[in-house]
Amino acid sequence: MSNSSDARTAILNSIRSALGRSMDASGIAAEYDAIPRAYKREGTLGRDALMDLFAHRLAEYDAGVTRCSVEKISEEIARILEARGRRKIAIPGGLPDGWLPKGLDFEVGTHFDDYQLDRMDGVLTGCTVAIAATGSIVLQNAAAQGPRILSLVPDYHLCVVFAEQVVETVPESFAQLDGMSALPTTFFSGPSATADIEMTRIKGVHGPRFLDVVLVV
Amino acid sequence: MTTQEQAHWSDRDFPEAAKELLQDSQIRSNVRHATNVIQAKRNNVVGELSDWQQLRDAGAAIRAHSLAHLHFYLAQFEEACTRAGGQVHWARDSAEANRIILGLIQKHDAKEVIKIKTMTSEEIGLNQNLEANGIHPIETDLAELIIQLGHDKPSHFVVPALHKNRQEVREIFKREMNLPDLGERPEDLASAARTYLREKYLRVKVAVSGANFLIAENGAVCIVESEGNGRMCLTLPDVLISLVGIEKVLPKYRDMEVFLQTLPRSATGERMNPYNSIWTGVHEGDGPKEFHVVLLDNRRSPILGDAESRQTLQCIRCAACLNVCPVYHQTGGHAYESVYAGPIGAILTPQLHSMTEGRSLPYASSLCGACYEVCPVKINIPEVLIHLRGKIVEEDQKTFSGKFGMWNMGMQAAAFLFASSSRLSLAQHLGQIGQKLVVSQNGVIERLPSMLSGWTQTRDLMPLPDQTFRDWWAQRKPSADHGIVKEESDVE
Ligand code: SF4
Repeated sequence: MSNSSDARTAILNSIRSALGRSMDASGIAAEYDAIPRAYKREGTLGRDALMDLFAHRLAEYDAGVTRCSVEKISEEIARILEARGRRKIAIPGGLPDGWLPKGLDFEVGTHFDDYQLDRMDGVLTGCTVAIAATGSIVLQNAAAQGPRILSLVPDYHLCVVFAEQVVETVPESFAQLDGMSALPTTFFSGPSATADIEMTRIKGVHGPRFLDVVLVV
Repeated sequence: MTTQEQAHWSDRDFPEAAKELLQDSQIRSNVRHATNVIQAKRNNVVGELSDWQQLRDAGAAIRAHSLAHLHFYLAQFEEACTRAGGQVHWARDSAEANRIILGLIQKHDAKEVIKIKTMTSEEIGLNQNLEANGIHPIETDLAELIIQLGHDKPSHFVVPALHKNRQEVREIFKREMNLPDLGERPEDLASAARTYLREKYLRVKVAVSGANFLIAENGAVCIVESEGNGRMCLTLPDVLISLVGIEKVLPKYRDMEVFLQTLPRSATGERMNPYNSIWTGVHEGDGPKEFHVVLLDNRRSPILGDAESRQTLQCIRCAACLNVCPVYHQTGGHAYESVYAGPIGAILTPQLHSMTEGRSLPYASSLCGACYEVCPVKINIPEVLIHLRGKIVEEDQKTFSGKFGMWNMGMQAAAFLFASSSRLSLAQHLGQIGQKLVVSQNGVIERLPSMLSGWTQTRDLMPLPDQTFRDWWAQRKPSADHGIVKEESDVE
C-alpha cells in the first residue's frame, strides 16, 4: 500500500521534527537503563504468609479456594466438581493424567469449536505463575493451559496452582514471564466482573462466572 | 476534521454546556455517587502500597522516555509486530484511519463487527462512519452497550455510562432488547447483556479494539479489561483490528510491571482488574488468523514539539483525574463536549484540534492541583492548563477583536494599575467613590456591571472599605521593636 508507506514516512518525520534531536540506539538504551526503578520488586513474605495472602485475595474476588497436597489433587478436583454439579469438563492438552478423577467427562479442548465449548459445564487448567499481592493467575498458551478461548467460553473455571508458582509481587511475575513473552498471555483476577452499573461489582459478565482454585501445597 | 465527530459532539463551549447540565439533578447525583465510590476504593488500594510514589516516578520516567524517542520505538514495534505475523498500518488522521479500517472490514465482506471499548475509535467517529457504509458495529463493553443502545454519548472514559443509574439502564435494555420483564438488579442487567452478546461473539467474524499498551521490543499488545468481552473479541473472531494512538508504545515487556500496578488501582480501585490480555501477532490455533494494528497520529505528533505540554501524551487513561476533579464532579463528562472529559480532556482536546476547538476547556478548572496529585504518570495538568491558557491569550491578542476586546483591554489596564503602588492607590480611591453606584442598601455589591457580572451571579461581593489596608498601614505608628518603614517606593 503506497498510501500507507506515505503515511508512515509522514508520521515518523513529523515526530522527528517535533522532537528536534535524535539519539542513536545505544544512547537511547543508556537513557532507558537510567530510568529510576526504586519500587518494590522482590517479595518479602515467607511461604506460609504468601499462601495465606494469595488465598485471601482470591477469596476477596469471590473465588473458591481450597488447599491440598500433590497426592490429593485428583480427589480434590472430584470433590469440587461434584459439589458444583459440573460434569462435562473441557481440558487443555498436556494436563497430567494423574489430575483427572475417574467417572467424569473430560474432553481435550483443541478438538471442538466455539459452540461446543459454549455447551461445556466448565474447564480445568493449570497455570504459569500466580501473584499473591493482587490475587492474579497468569495463563499462557502452553501445556496444561491451552488456547485462550478454553478458559474463557465455559461458565466455570477450576484452576490448579502449585505453591512454587506463587510469587508475591507483579514485578516478580514479569521476571518469570519475560522469557516466554511471545506466548498469548492472560492475567485473570477472580471471575469476570463489571462495575459499570452504579459502581456495584457484579460477578460474571462474559468470562467464567465461577472460579475455584486448588492450591497445591 | 471528521464530520462524524461533529455530528456527535456540539461545539458549545464549556460554560454554556455546563450551565445546562447543572440543571440535571439526576445526572449530577449519578456522577457524584459513582466518582465517590471509585475514589474511595482507589484511595484504599493506593494507600496500601508503600512504594506508590516510586511507581509513579518510574511510570512517569518510562512514559517520558518513550515519547522522547517515539519514532525509534514505533519503528521497533512495527518490525517486531510484523515479524510475529501482525500487519501494521499508519494513519495520519481520522479520515485515513476510517478508510483503512473500512477497507479491511470490506475485504472480509463483513456486515457486522464486534467492538471492545476504545476511546480512540470514538475520537475518529468510527461507528458513525461504519454505519454510513452499511456495517453495523456492536459495542460489547457493558457501559458502551448502554451508551449505544441508549443513543447516548460516553461521559467518562473508564466507566462511560456512569451518568446512568440502574433504572435508566433497565429502561434502555427493556426497550432495545425487547425484554419487558427485565429486573433492575445490576445482576439482571449484566445477565441480559451476557445473553444478548454471547451469540454475537460466536457469530461475528471481525473485531475492532483499541489497546492500552504496545510493546516495542517484541511487538506485543496489551488490553486491560473487566468483563471478558475484550477476551471474547480478541480470541473468537477470525480478524482483529486494533486502532491505537501512536503515543501508547512502551519500550519493553517488563515495563508493564509498573503500569499493571498503577493503572488498575487508579482506574477502578482494584488491585488488579479481572483480565489483562497480552499477545503478539498471530498464533496458530489460538485467536484470530489475521491481526492488524492501525497506528493513529491525528495531531498527536505536533504536541511532542511543545516541551511544556508534551507530558499530556504520557497519559494512560486511568481517569483518576476525572474522579477527583471538583469541576467534573459538578458537571459530569458531557459538559466537555469532547471524547476526553475531565482534567486530561481539558488539556488533550484543544491540542488534538491544534487549539482551534475546545478553547474554553483549559479554563474549566480551579487549578486546585488534585489531578496532578493522583496522576499515576505525574502529568502536571495545572501547569499545562496555564500554559494553554497563555497560548490562547497570545493567539487572541494577535486578532483585532482580541486585542481591542474588553477582556484584553481590562487585563492590560489591570496590569498597568498593579505595576505601580501609586496608581493602585489612586484606583482604590476612585473605586471607593465609584462603587457607590453599585453597593446596595444592605451594604454589599449584589450585581457588578457588564463583563464583571459573572462574578456576582451566584455570590455577593463586599465593597471596598472606607479605609484601605494601605491607608491604615501608612498611618500606623512604627512600634519600638518592629522598625516599620513608612515610605513606600514605586516598583516600576
Ligand atoms: S492524566 Fe493522569 S490521572 Fe488523568 S487519565 Fe491520564 S494518567 Fe490518569
